[in-house]
Amino acid sequence: MIGGLFIYNHKGEVLISRVYRDDIGRNAVDAFRVNVIHARQQVRSPVTNIARTSFFHVKRSNNWLAAVTKQNVNAAMVFEFLYKMCDVMAAYFGKISEENIKNNFVLIYELLDEILDFGYPQNSETGALKTFITQQGIKSQHQTKEEQSQITSQVTGQIGWQREGIKYRRNELFLDVLESVNLLMSPQGQVLSAHVSGRVVMKSYLSGMPECKFGMNDKIVIEKQGKGTADETSKSGKQSIAIDDCTFHQCVRLSKFDSECSISFIPPDEEFELMRYRTTKDIILPFRVIPLVREVGRTKLEVKVVIKSNFKPSLLAQKIEVRIPTPLNTSGVQVICMKGKAKYKASENAIVWKIKRMAGMKESQISAEIELLPTNDKKKWARPPISMNFEVPLAPSGLKVRYLKVFEPKLNYSDHDVIKWARYIGRSGIYETRC
Amino acid sequence: MTDSKYFTTTKKGEIFELKAELNSDKKEKKKEAVKKVIASMTVGKDVSALFPDVVNCMQTDNLELKKLVYLYLMNYAKSQPDMAIMAVNTFVKDCEDPNPLIRALAVRTMGCIRVDKITEYLCEPLRKCLKDEDPYVRKTAAVCVAKLHDINAQLVEDQGFLDTLKDLISDSNPMVVANAVAALSEIAESHPSSNLLDLNPQSINKLLTALNECTEWGQIFILDCLANYTPKDDREAQSICERVTPRLSHANSAVVLSAVKVLMKFMEMLSKDLDYYGTLLKKLAPPLVTLLSAEPELQYVALRNINLIVQKRPEVLKHEMKVFFVKYNDPIYVKLEKLDIMIRLASQANIAQVLAELKEYATEVDVDFVRKAVRAIGRCAIKVEQSAERCVSTLLDLIQTKVNYVVQEAIVVIKDIFRKYPNKYESVIATLCENLDSLDEPEARAAMIWIVGEYAERIDNADELLESFLEGFHDESTQVQLQLLTAIVKLFLKKPTETQELVQQVLSLATQDSDNPDLRDRGYIYWRLLSTDPVAAKEVVLAEKPLISEETDLIEPTLLDELICYIGTLASVYHKPPSAFVEGGRGVVHKSLPPRTASSESTESPETAPAGAPPGEQLDTVPTQGDLLGDLLNLDLGPPVSGPPLATSAVQMGAVDLLGGGLDSLMGDEPEGIGAPSFVAPPAAAVPANLGAPMGSGLSDLFDLTSGVGTLSGSYVAPKAVWLPAMKAKGLEISGTFTRQAGSISMDLQLTNKALQVMTDFAIQFNRNSFGLAPAAPLQVHAPLSPTQTVEISLPLSTAGSVMKTEPLNSLQVAVKNNIDVFYFSTLYPLHILFVEDGKMDRQVFLATWKDIPNENEAQFQIRDCPLNAEAVSSRLQSSSIFTVARRNVEGQDMLYQSLKLTNGIWVLAELRIQPGNPSFTLSLKCRAPEVSQHVYQAYETILKN
Repeated sequence: MIGGLFIYNHKGEVLISRVYRDDIGRNAVDAFRVNVIHARQQVRSPVTNIARTSFFHVKRSNNWLAAVTKQNVNAAMVFEFLYKMCDVMAAYFGKISEENIKNNFVLIYELLDEILDFGYPQNSETGALKTFITQQGIKSQHQTKEEQSQITSQVTGQIGWQREGIKYRRNELFLDVLESVNLLMSPQGQVLSAHVSGRVVMKSYLSGMPECKFGMNDKIVIEKQGKGTADETSKSGKQSIAIDDCTFHQCVRLSKFDSECSISFIPPDEEFELMRYRTTKDIILPFRVIPLVREVGRTKLEVKVVIKSNFKPSLLAQKIEVRIPTPLNTSGVQVICMKGKAKYKASENAIVWKIKRMAGMKESQISAEIELLPTNDKKKWARPPISMNFEVPLAPSGLKVRYLKVFEPKLNYSDHDVIKWARYIGRSGIYETRC
Repeated sequence: MTDSKYFTTTKKGEIFELKAELNSDKKEKKKEAVKKVIASMTVGKDVSALFPDVVNCMQTDNLELKKLVYLYLMNYAKSQPDMAIMAVNTFVKDCEDPNPLIRALAVRTMGCIRVDKITEYLCEPLRKCLKDEDPYVRKTAAVCVAKLHDINAQLVEDQGFLDTLKDLISDSNPMVVANAVAALSEIAESHPSSNLLDLNPQSINKLLTALNECTEWGQIFILDCLANYTPKDDREAQSICERVTPRLSHANSAVVLSAVKVLMKFMEMLSKDLDYYGTLLKKLAPPLVTLLSAEPELQYVALRNINLIVQKRPEVLKHEMKVFFVKYNDPIYVKLEKLDIMIRLASQANIAQVLAELKEYATEVDVDFVRKAVRAIGRCAIKVEQSAERCVSTLLDLIQTKVNYVVQEAIVVIKDIFRKYPNKYESVIATLCENLDSLDEPEARAAMIWIVGEYAERIDNADELLESFLEGFHDESTQVQLQLLTAIVKLFLKKPTETQELVQQVLSLATQDSDNPDLRDRGYIYWRLLSTDPVAAKEVVLAEKPLISEETDLIEPTLLDELICYIGTLASVYHKPPSAFVEGGRGVVHKSLPPRTASSESTESPETAPAGAPPGEQLDTVPTQGDLLGDLLNLDLGPPVSGPPLATSAVQMGAVDLLGGGLDSLMGDEPEGIGAPSFVAPPAAAVPANLGAPMGSGLSDLFDLTSGVGTLSGSYVAPKAVWLPAMKAKGLEISGTFTRQAGSISMDLQLTNKALQVMTDFAIQFNRNSFGLAPAAPLQVHAPLSPTQTVEISLPLSTAGSVMKTEPLNSLQVAVKNNIDVFYFSTLYPLHILFVEDGKMDRQVFLATWKDIPNENEAQFQIRDCPLNAEAVSSRLQSSSIFTVARRNVEGQDMLYQSLKLTNGIWVLAELRIQPGNPSFTLSLKCRAPEVSQHVYQAYETILKN
């Protein structure tokens, strides 16, 4: 199990050091600094073995978080834990900067004591942790006995994420379907790989311990539930989508999903990610990029890029940015674009073309002349792909929320009383076209 | 007000200031001071001098202050054990506190203080906390037992904490269960033999129930624990799998990977014909692909594991090639791993796509990545024959880029392509030669030299090219020197007229001016070969080379199986068994996949298996002639194909002597002047140093024997055992044993007359048996057997009798007749009498056969308490016609690959793993008739232990 946890700043100075096991000595702190942080070469692996001691690290805003062990630990668990720790810290004090870490070091020690015991991760749900670890000293001194046992049962309980006895005047819930669409396209417009990774984020203000049931237009779910009512299957079958795989927040009853394909859960009283999913079939690609690069002699490049929007004309895409890489020996760039603004950024070796808004079924184009310095470098320019960023108000996977039913048997409000909101946002993930 | 100011105290004399502040009356000031102390501790300053002052702050109502003091205590208690005792009282008191959070905090901290005296006081509070009414306290106490065990294992056992911990597995709270499982698993690891976890269907059921309810971390503990369980049959395995599969949809990647581990392991037990097996395979792919959308560090862990899974079960991800395409922004470690998996998944169906991608990658920036991409193109050519042509032309395009490292890498892989498809792509040689000057890496130079030598007859200026390398001979690395030597000899054999001078030059460089024994030896071999019999030399040097296999750098099958049991852990990331990176005994328990239920005979676990064999009856015997011979001829005389370095060098040495013995005189007759004076040293004198064997001149004699070794060898002979007691046979006692000498099997019988009358008219007959053993001659007892007389007879046996499968396989029913009556008895014959002398398989054939035999035919056994080393084992087995085909050293372990053949033509392949210093060996047997495995294992056991 995890033997120790260290946080370093970018220079390699120790900000936090917590040792859980006897086999990790103080020299481990220095070993990591010398061999990884100050290493001459680029880091080649997130797991490093130095003298039979293994170091796992992740970086967050220039700070290094390292977990150390001498045993054959579950590596996936260690990384998941490190991410979780970052989430917990972020939930308490925001950005994981050197200053924030120093300012909150007592709190961090307290958290580390709680979420990791002898190197075994314990409950790390911020909702539960915040009930008894706070920045303003410890609450527990003023708690009644009932409150205390409520805390402990929440921390250890079957439903570790929800407190009992929450009441809201207005029962309301928000569902966000956030998708990022990833694409790798050949210069000829052939899709090399494309997938959507989506998340359903829920924020709820619901009283009591409501039992929720979530439904979407997934092929398997619809087929399974549509048994008997053949009409519905054929009706909705057209719009159903094939989800390759999905994962759920720990509040979802996985065994129920496995047997009945129904997604049922008691939501935590905070914003949380209900599910993640991935689709690869019938993806709507909101934009198409058509590149044209011509080398004119050894000192000049001509680039023309056309983008086409491919969704309903009534919808508007936002925050569109096209990034056209330029060779390292670029001396000057001249750009002409029909829409938006384009600039050559020498520090980033790219032409960045920004468009604020663009409606569906439109197209726009940019052309640029790139002057090159003559070089002796034999190696050809690698021509990195043209990448794109955007945001569209639709789900590129075609996913639709069909229902979210709320049942709270103890309190007297019904599904109809709950106000529900849903929105769809599609963003670009890694959206690249080779040129 | 922020805490960061505590980090900035760097003044001198601050310890004194802190001391004063710690003893201040004001609570606020005290707390500030403790914070400063902790900050100093964090940055690595020694603040242990403040120990008593800090401990004094412990008795406080302020929980924050208390936690800080505890933190300090955990760090420094070990260095100040006497003073740490001051804290005990507070701990004990806190363990009684009405607030469960404080009770838990106390017991949690106490377990972290590694001071014997404190540990003693810990027992009582811990016992109470384990039975606390509050689950939060119980879950903390469960982990505390593991802590205490780490400090004082004996104490934990004596106090009965282990039993309490076991009870907690049935706790009503899932988190308590999870922590108890984690603690027990860890304790069990340091007692591999103890049945601490006591996994049985009931407790497994409890764990599976808790699995649905506990936190993500708890699920990981439970799944990792489940993976250690071996279900009793395929039905149980299936029902566990069914309950574990929902975990594949968990958001936490570690939960998913641990579930995959359980499934991969238990799948071994399921029959492939089962519908469920197919369903399960299909269910595995999507979650594995999903892992690739996690953060890069987790992707890396996932990819390393997928690499293993793809090798074990290629069918899982065979349609998922695209997801492994490299993204431009992937970190380099993710890129390299993806590339590796792409090559493994490459097949005829997707090769076009893969090649297009690889070509793209070869123009990237990162040197390592580009090299690997180029190498991957070569590997595709070797793996998918249809694509070879396209690959070669792609490589040629890349060579045209003239980027130095790309060219070098391309040449290295083109050499391999030539090996795989000889005489097919020679047209490219001209292009390669153009780039000769730019090669500066040994591997590329060696590859190029190999190509020039191999195709010397087609390259007009081959002699000039090689000569140019020869100028800086001594500055080259060994790899290049060896290659150059061979290439020039090849050239000489192909174009003897123009290159005589060149070959003499290289031979003298290699033999006279070099300190490298490998180079010198190889030089001498060539020299002698060329000077004695150029025709033979041609046959040897220009012999047809065996084709290279398509899959490279596959993980050893047994290591792979072991790593599958470690999915998700560090071992799977390093691709090494835990013993390679974990110190001490912890976590070094060897894990293996459960055996298949389909083959009923091999399901017996290794512990119970030897029970069938009669090890007690077999006493020490005088080593037979075969044994002695084997020890002396402790050499692998296999063909020197590319193989493990150890084996080859041994071969080379052997070869020198072989040549030397016979050719010495011939060499003397050659006044040509090639033989330099220094070289005439008699080989016999030079040899002992190489071999380290205390044999001088006798060696050549011994080597004369080598040709005969095969036929002369006698296998191990068990001492005679009583087969038919006198009581049962009216006074005739028969004891006997089986021997195999020089290829013929015989049954050595000893007949004793314990009756009062003379016995005559002996005859013998066998019932039909599995291998068709039958007497080859009648039983001849020449004189009547008078009372108390004993006669020894050797009855030759043949294997031409009629065959009928017996149970057990090696049982033999015998009828003996004399003038009194007919008597029946049955006996078991050791299988090694059936091992024929030509049971040595060619290395390539071995590899192919091993891969070809399905995995379910593999059986694994443990040979315990055998103190021999790999050499001794190999020679001893060889004398019983078990031949070592190859030998490798992997992670300090010796892997012997052996083959043997039975009289009825069945081949058995074996992999024997020997860890130096560890008397138990692991034996994996693969055979198309898996029912013999058990008996082969017994034969191994018998041969090795006697």
